[in-house]
Amino acid sequence: MEEVGIYFNGIFVKVPAELTVLQAARQQDFDIPTLCHHPDLTSEGHCRLCVVEVGEYPHTRLVNSCTYPVANGLHVQTHSERVLKARRLVLELLLARAPQAKIVRELAADHGVDETRFQVADPEERCILCGLCVRACREIVGVAAISMAFRSPEKLVTTPFQEKSEACIGCGSCAFVCPTDVIPYTEKNGIRTIWGRDFELVPCNVCGNYIAPRAQLEHWAKITGDPVENFFVCRDCR
Amino acid sequence: MMDEARLSAILSRYDGEPYDLIPVLQDIQDQYNYLPKDELHEVAVRLKVPLTQVYSVATFYKMFSLIPKGKHQLKICLGTTCHLKGGQRLVASVCNRLGVEVGYTTKDRQFSVETVGCLGTCAQAPVMMVDDKYYARVTVDKVSKILKLYA
Repeated sequence: MEEVGIYFNGIFVKVPAELTVLQAARQQDFDIPTLCHHPDLTSEGHCRLCVVEVGEYPHTRLVNSCTYPVANGLHVQTHSERVLKARRLVLELLLARAPQAKIVRELAADHGVDETRFQVADPEERCILCGLCVRACREIVGVAAISMAFRSPEKLVTTPFQEKSEACIGCGSCAFVCPTDVIPYTEKNGIRTIWGRDFELVPCNVCGNYIAPRAQLEHWAKITGDPVENFFVCRDCR
Repeated sequence: MMDEARLSAILSRYDGEPYDLIPVLQDIQDQYNYLPKDELHEVAVRLKVPLTQVYSVATFYKMFSLIPKGKHQLKICLGTTCHLKGGQRLVASVCNRLGVEVGYTTKDRQFSVETVGCLGTCAQAPVMMVDDKYYARVTVDKVSKILKLYA
């Protein structure tokens, strides 16, 4: 594996050449805050919280560490004055966007941001449009039932035509990965309701606990090629 | 009901790959004056693109519309120069005359009115476009003459 030498806050480290600056920093225990990053999903640079300063004084600039590839001799500042100022600004913007998002409020408090100077469009908003749900649905689940629609300031995560999605299998990955718990779903009497659709939950043939929605088990059967009945026993009873 | 042949004629001009999405949508918008839902479902299948992505793109760009637009598109410039030269008055005059608000279509489906950032001919402000044609130095008294050409 090819390695490159880079400097984090002046400290020289060797890291694999295919990493992004963020991955390299995490590997070397340099702390960079993120909201829209997930190790198993492609980075898209939505939240801008992971900004770092690259280059040598005076020719430095701010980049997204989650999308910036490492390079030999690269100088990275993870906590310079300029970086911290940018992060505080980003957090102010995020606070204005989603004042009810707990994780944003906590991160803001950590960075000494108590209030936002920007106009709050919706005081109840929690979605930060990080796109984790959209990416999880597309890349991990593989059904692409939800996506971003419209453009700012009306931009939102939704199903096609904002109707019940035919592609959705009710797996709940989007709600699981959401950092601000904004995707509503309920489970009652063996029915899971998510994105406006009701999904019948299948009970385990052995213990009787609900395993997953039937549509999800059918999806598993389709991608594995096994008969769907194989999935009617939960993981604990196998 | 979807006109299968009409849509196929558009799709047949392309490779049928995901990268054809925007040109195909542009052709549909040009021919139908909007993007009908059934057609979008079919486009998603034929171009091997998730329906979510089609919807994403269709709602992102201002050139696409999911609701039927008029036969003629009026674009009134409100860029810096046109704004100073009375673009806002022009908007009011056009809307008054057609009995329609910005972003909407007249009842007879003849005209859709929208305002745009800049049409790139600031020297001739205020500027208005009807379909592909530019109208320069459009003062309020010229509005009725221009609209009559398309009525």
